[in-house]
Amino acid sequence: MTGTLEGCAGPGFGSVPRKEDGRFVRGRGRFVDDIALPGMLHGAVLRSPYAHARIRAVDATAAESHPKVRAVITGETLAARGMAWMPTFSHDVAAVLATDKVRYQGQEVAFVVAEDRYAARDALALIDVDYEPLPPVVDARLALSPEAPVIRDDLLDRTDNHVFDWETGDADATAALFARAAHVSECDLVYPRVHPAPLETCGTVADFDRISGKLTVHATAQAPHAHRMLYARIAGIPEHRIRIIAPDIGGGFGNKVGMYPGYLCAVVGSIVTGAPVKWVEDRSENLMSTSFARDFHMHGEIAADADGHILAIRVSVLADHGAFNATAQPSKFPAGFFGVFTGSYDIAAAHCRVTGVYTNKAPGGVAYACSFRVTEAVYLVERLVDVLARDTGRDAAELRMANLLTPDRFPFRSATGWEYDSGDYPRALRTALEMADYPSVRAEQKDRWAAFERTGKGPLTGVGMSVFTEAVGAGPRRLMDIMGLGMADGAELRVHPTGSAVLRLSCMSQGQGHETTFAQIVSHELGLPVDAVEVIQGDTDNTPFGLGTYGSRSTPVSGAAASVAAGKVREQARQVAAVLLEVAADDLRWDVGTGTADGGSFSVAGVPGVSVSLREIAMAAHGGLDLPDGVEGQLAASTVYNPPNLTFPFGAYVCVVDVDPGTGEVEVRRFVAVDDCGVRINPMIVEGQIHGGLADGIGMALMELVAFDDDGNHLSASFMDYLLPTAMECPPWELAATVTPSPHHPLGAKGVGESATVGSPPAVVNAVLDAIGVRHADMPLTPAHVWRALQGRPIRPDIAIR
Amino acid sequence: MTVNGVEQVRDIEPRLLLVHLLRDELRLTGTHWGCDTSNCGACTVWMDGLPVKSCTVLAVMADGRSVRTVEDLEGPFGLDQVQQSFMDCHGLQCGFCTPGMLMTARKLLDDNPDPTDTEIREAISGQICRCTGYRNIVAAIRHAADAEAAGRGDT
Repeated sequence: MTGTLEGCAGPGFGSVPRKEDGRFVRGRGRFVDDIALPGMLHGAVLRSPYAHARIRAVDATAAESHPKVRAVITGETLAARGMAWMPTFSHDVAAVLATDKVRYQGQEVAFVVAEDRYAARDALALIDVDYEPLPPVVDARLALSPEAPVIRDDLLDRTDNHVFDWETGDADATAALFARAAHVSECDLVYPRVHPAPLETCGTVADFDRISGKLTVHATAQAPHAHRMLYARIAGIPEHRIRIIAPDIGGGFGNKVGMYPGYLCAVVGSIVTGAPVKWVEDRSENLMSTSFARDFHMHGEIAADADGHILAIRVSVLADHGAFNATAQPSKFPAGFFGVFTGSYDIAAAHCRVTGVYTNKAPGGVAYACSFRVTEAVYLVERLVDVLARDTGRDAAELRMANLLTPDRFPFRSATGWEYDSGDYPRALRTALEMADYPSVRAEQKDRWAAFERTGKGPLTGVGMSVFTEAVGAGPRRLMDIMGLGMADGAELRVHPTGSAVLRLSCMSQGQGHETTFAQIVSHELGLPVDAVEVIQGDTDNTPFGLGTYGSRSTPVSGAAASVAAGKVREQARQVAAVLLEVAADDLRWDVGTGTADGGSFSVAGVPGVSVSLREIAMAAHGGLDLPDGVEGQLAASTVYNPPNLTFPFGAYVCVVDVDPGTGEVEVRRFVAVDDCGVRINPMIVEGQIHGGLADGIGMALMELVAFDDDGNHLSASFMDYLLPTAMECPPWELAATVTPSPHHPLGAKGVGESATVGSPPAVVNAVLDAIGVRHADMPLTPAHVWRALQGRPIRPDIAIR
Repeated sequence: MTVNGVEQVRDIEPRLLLVHLLRDELRLTGTHWGCDTSNCGACTVWMDGLPVKSCTVLAVMADGRSVRTVEDLEGPFGLDQVQQSFMDCHGLQCGFCTPGMLMTARKLLDDNPDPTDTEIREAISGQICRCTGYRNIVAAIRHAADAEAAGRGDT
């Protein structure tokens, strides 16, 4: 780790070890499948073998007579409760259990509740479903053709597979700049369908208490409070009688934001049997049916003047949303935050049009650490810039440097209306190029090419880069909501009489280390030791309302909430200290101290030696002190933080690869990542998250793909077919940091959880294509695909290899 | 069979997987389940001293054998060095792959107290971590090797 971390000092901040780790290294984490309640039953889902078929009949009588089966739930059962369909996050409905048709392979058809998990699986085979197969829509590019079968004939007057059209930017201004451009480059790019694949699959233990009418749901929920509202709406149980408990979560990456049929079936299973019901999906179910990511078919154009200054970008996108429009994103943003596709560059005009279509594939689209489709936006612009460099004979680094926004332009309003809060892009790129020793890699590349031309043998060396701008921390309530809930988050902080504290949060860790980072925020504000602050999350009965953890929003939103709540407590303490010291509150000076158990202290200005610590104040506040009107005898505060804007972390990545031209095999030799996420609360945790995201980039660029055959069969339904990077594919990441604080965040921090996942895929792809001298080929660049690209016959990745 | 040194006698279905015996019957939930297909390694335990993926071992295959899980790593004198090193080096985030990684790491260092980084990467190449990008896992295993060498007085 090199680089500067100015602005990140102060008590509490720093690379302190994580509080969470003690239980995990002992095997004492408590994940949802670890929960065993007395009398608990087990659920299993029957899934459709067809991508598209009409259901003529479902006969569950044989399954019901299995000696260990306690209930079989079908679409008909749910329809009787008004629960066969559920609302999605994107103004659509999705089937819970299919009643009329199945619309993708792996869709939920029936749910068995049995005494053990093996019996539940056995009973699935006893359910007889009479299907009438229908032709499927597999290729998104054919979804709108007049001959395409209509997938959503459940919707009134539906005659095609069109979901939405959306546009952003100024079409006329963009066209004018394209008309006078000296050079225009175009490129078709597919960001193929991938899957977040957290190592822990999704699951739940639903426990409905018939006496109190209270439903307790233990579930893999990144957004427990949003889930509570959904259960209330769908199941008709009043919100105050629903408690969502998210235990330890084994990775989320957006996969655990949505509401899945298995969760709701477990709830109904518990209601009808009177016993707790556990349902945990297997890996195939996870890959086939839960939120996929990406599936954006993009046509990009980039216009430049004769000097290589980028003038404008124009994009049209076909977005494959699967069978139901269930993207988990702010409701007014049908293409998520794809509108930031002008990236890190000074571009005068831009325009983009996105068309969403239904296909016979699983729903989803926004997941896998994508920051609501900033991944797709960054990939588009960083690939286009490389194509422009190649087409105009310019060096990719020089072209970027000449077009990057400079620090004096911030806050910067982009051509598509986003207000970037702060940044120093040239510094990040310069740092990355220096670390990578860019000129010498270029020289080596030249030598390798010469050797290849001489001998026909590799390896070929390539260097690729990306300078990405993220947009995270959704978001301002007036602009951003999920199902009508503004995207704010709450925090409640209480300092106990003896001076330790508890902080309750609406967000929920899936490995991010909230128990540590948020304790550090309180420590930073109040001077208490990190260990003296307990962090409570993931239990809707014991935490304030808020929208949860996804889209890198925990630190930008909940982190700000924690800071504001701590500031309120500090001001309460000041009032109590004024009574204790018999001075005016305004005469007191705060000293945050060094993180001892006493906490920070107030002293009287100009009177040396007279001070009182937070610990003393906490005891006094609860003691016999005669407090004036308006000063409460406690140190406790709550807040709801409504962010004024997103935060815009950024970074510059340089990837060096060696490619074997004979086999197409790619070895990522080096990966240099310079990240700027503003002030770093715990640099160790920040770096760890960046490492993980960089591995995602290797995975998406080189390995990961959800593919289908012509019949809509899912070809990536296990880890034998859906390939994830191991330690062998990942180089030892080389990291550096710059720190450009966010001007509007109370701590100067920006979100970082998804930066590397967003920023790294184009760097890897650019490097591979640079090595093999090919203008464009789509991800994933597997050996077969690289080899085919070298032969001039690139593969179309979104459908099966033909 | 013995599990973590304790004899266990059970009547079980022949098809019961070892991972389910450990987790559901013996309530040793530190061993996780992640993929069904031996790819992810979250279920790695030792059987007769060798790491196995317990999602693809039938419990009856462990009859008469000795099984060791993550719960057995901590001893009377505290954490195993690999546990401590994973904490010291931030070798875990969500913690789901961690028990399997620890069991493999312990075995590697028992067999090869001074592995190279490449040997460490090969040793854990049958295991998937979705959070760490592996760098800090490799660092943690290296750290454990160094700490144990220092403890032995190796130079």
